[in-house]
Amino acid sequence: MSVRPATFKWVWVSDVRRGLVKRGSLWGFAILGASLLAVALTATASGGEQETSRVPLPHPEIANPGKCVADTEYMRKHHMDVLLRHRDETVHEGIRTKRYSLTNCIDCHASRKNNSVLGTKENFCQACHSYAAVKVDCFECHSSKPEATAGAVFHPIVPSGAKAGPASADQGLALSMQQHMRNGLAATANKNPGGESR
Amino acid sequence: MKNMVFREIEGKSVGYYVLLAGLALFTLLGLLAAHYMETNGHHVTGMTNQVVWGIPHVFAVFLIVAASGALNVASIGSVFGKSMYKPLAPLSGVLSVALLAGGLTVLMLDLGRADRVIVAMTHYNFRSVFAWNVFLYSGFVGLVAIYLWAQMEQRMKPYTKAAGVAAFIWRLLLTTGTGSIFGFLVARALYDSALFAPMFIIMSFSYGLAIYILVLMAAYGWTGRPLGDGVLLRLKGLLAVFVAAVLYFVAVYHMTNLYYAEHRAAEHFILVDGGVNTQVFWIGQILLGSVLPLVILFHPSAGKSRRSIALASVLVILGGLAQMYVTIVGGQAWPLDLFPGMQQSSSFYDGVIHSYHASVPEVFLGLGGVAIAGLIVVFAIKVLRLLPDSLGDDVVDVHHGAKAVAKPA
Amino acid sequence: MSEVNTSRRQFLGWGTAAMAGLAIAPGVTLIDLAHGKPDDQPVSSKVRWGMLIDANQCHSGCSDCVTACNKENGLSGGTGPDDSQWIRKMDLKDTHSGRVMSLPMMCQHCGNPPCTDVCPTGASFKRADGIVLVDRHICIGCRYCMMACPYKARSFVAHPVTDQKPGRPRGIGTVEACTMCVERVDAGLKPACVDACAAAGHEAIIFGDLNDPNSDISKRIAEYTTKQVRADLGLDTGVRYQGV
Repeated sequence: MSVRPATFKWVWVSDVRRGLVKRGSLWGFAILGASLLAVALTATASGGEQETSRVPLPHPEIANPGKCVADTEYMRKHHMDVLLRHRDETVHEGIRTKRYSLTNCIDCHASRKNNSVLGTKENFCQACHSYAAVKVDCFECHSSKPEATAGAVFHPIVPSGAKAGPASADQGLALSMQQHMRNGLAATANKNPGGESR
Repeated sequence: MKNMVFREIEGKSVGYYVLLAGLALFTLLGLLAAHYMETNGHHVTGMTNQVVWGIPHVFAVFLIVAASGALNVASIGSVFGKSMYKPLAPLSGVLSVALLAGGLTVLMLDLGRADRVIVAMTHYNFRSVFAWNVFLYSGFVGLVAIYLWAQMEQRMKPYTKAAGVAAFIWRLLLTTGTGSIFGFLVARALYDSALFAPMFIIMSFSYGLAIYILVLMAAYGWTGRPLGDGVLLRLKGLLAVFVAAVLYFVAVYHMTNLYYAEHRAAEHFILVDGGVNTQVFWIGQILLGSVLPLVILFHPSAGKSRRSIALASVLVILGGLAQMYVTIVGGQAWPLDLFPGMQQSSSFYDGVIHSYHASVPEVFLGLGGVAIAGLIVVFAIKVLRLLPDSLGDDVVDVHHGAKAVAKPA
Repeated sequence: MSEVNTSRRQFLGWGTAAMAGLAIAPGVTLIDLAHGKPDDQPVSSKVRWGMLIDANQCHSGCSDCVTACNKENGLSGGTGPDDSQWIRKMDLKDTHSGRVMSLPMMCQHCGNPPCTDVCPTGASFKRADGIVLVDRHICIGCRYCMMACPYKARSFVAHPVTDQKPGRPRGIGTVEACTMCVERVDAGLKPACVDACAAAGHEAIIFGDLNDPNSDISKRIAEYTTKQVRADLGLDTGVRYQGV
């Protein structure tokens, strides 16, 4: 289950076009591009499938592993595509299904330790993106914390849907629906995402 | 009949490299300023939610307007058949592209998300004047490139006129687009006028020619090539006409606003009690930028001295920047009137004059655009055959066009 | 999204009875305007969301709508020249009669929005249901929309933003404005300012569907004289004012 850096050059180019890549400077992009090209060339030269690399493979720490909305290989290659499509549908058409929504991703994939998908190289988004040297633009604007717990005292043991508090009456309903949906999806897509098993 | 020879400048003198280094330094400072603004956010600039466009836009719009005007010298030669202007045409084309590049660079680097500028190429809203301008600017560069090619390549000569006409029509469209950025803003008292399109076109004639004259004088003066009075006096006469025409449009624009009761308060602000905006208008735009150059250029004796012509050109440029400042910053300083007939106040600065204090980085960003334009020109005249060996009175006949037949070296 | 499952649809704000009804007849789509639309359905132009603001009911010293907006959308509440203000309280005084009034001002959610006309990338757009938004994914921060807006409704984010509220994204270098609490509206709730005004006992802001002749807002507009701010511009605003 090696991550092939050779694919990341393509990812970078498409993400810049879509405005997904983290804000950086224009001249920064040039350097980034050159270094990615170098990474890609190195990877190609060495076959691109090597397990042993000087850069250690990422091992993200995940609060609720094993229940992803699609199988790992698919998500690894296409997460940016499904997110992009969902993003446009949500913003422009008001379609608010949970499956590929960024908040849904974060709700499951945030780390128990700091309640975020960012922060350290163990955090889900940052782990792979720093490994692949692809900047993420999402969190310039979006919160990196789960919806259920942000602003509240974080307690990983309490299931999010059961969070008490008067303000969360309708949120709680939403979350239990969400939980239900996850379980349903887990039945069809229960491949354990690589690097997520502890 | 002498041949007119176009030749690159030597560009090996200390002065040349000092000039190049100076322009490169200001370009670098401009880029650093943009980087600083981008990483810290626009709060480090004087621009706010009240005055959303500031000094970078003053420079950018000035350069873009001047860019289309700089092409005019070439247009007069090929479109209107005045052969005296034909040897001046290649520099005119390169200068226009350089000024446009400088202005667009400033505009793009000022964006809140300059890193995303590519989105402006992948997502278009065809109702937006800005989106039209993306095409107008890129089309302009393309047409001018073809036009330059036609001028400089012997086999392309037959197409010079066609390319020139196309570039001329395009530059009119381009400046219409630039003026319409402001003209189409219905909500603001000091914009919302169809006059902006023709006014910007005539402004471009004036600014572009002033810059052209200065570049021409510098290029010939510093390289020791002969530049006859004939050419210069022709150009300065044209400049005087353009400056007067701008003044006419400015007068009509303000008279119109004064006549509309709903715009009277805003006009009063610009003309009488707008503080720095009023000063920049009367002292910068009108006195130094229009009246003084007219006096100099029409003066029977002073108008013929090279120093005076250069001074008048500098004043026209400064006046142009002043006019841009009054148009862009002054136009926003006047608050929106949501409820006519009511005094309005809020935490969001409703009903008060909006102040603007330019910060150092944004000034350097603006100057960086000027430096980029300069850098392109200085480099281009070294590598391309843009300048005739001589524009002396013995070569150029101001009455019947060039005596010599233009021929590349 | 193809994987539609009616049991997954989120009908926030529904009582348990409604939930039971849904369980019995999961195929029934109930696009009841008071209760939001199914999550997997796009918004429809059959609806035109709008607000009616009654200046007679709005209290001069009260800014609960502003506070609620800031809290809902994670705004700092700062009022410096660089700070974002999605909604503000305006105090008005007639220059002749001296009559004073107070009212909230925000994005008017125009039917013909100048901001969407000028936006080069289409980041400023109007949803089918009339809500005007900024797609901050493709906003390049040119601020042309701020120049074009007659209501000074928009703010530019001039500082890096951290610690956003989940589900309420906002970020540096982009333009933002009142979203009519689109996330709440899609979930069948009212905008935060509307609820806050009602909670304060003023009920000066009424929210509803302008296309539905039976909605509270349409009935009020049919009965009383209301006006659009800068109606002379012909923008067909979604926010109307009464008592101005």
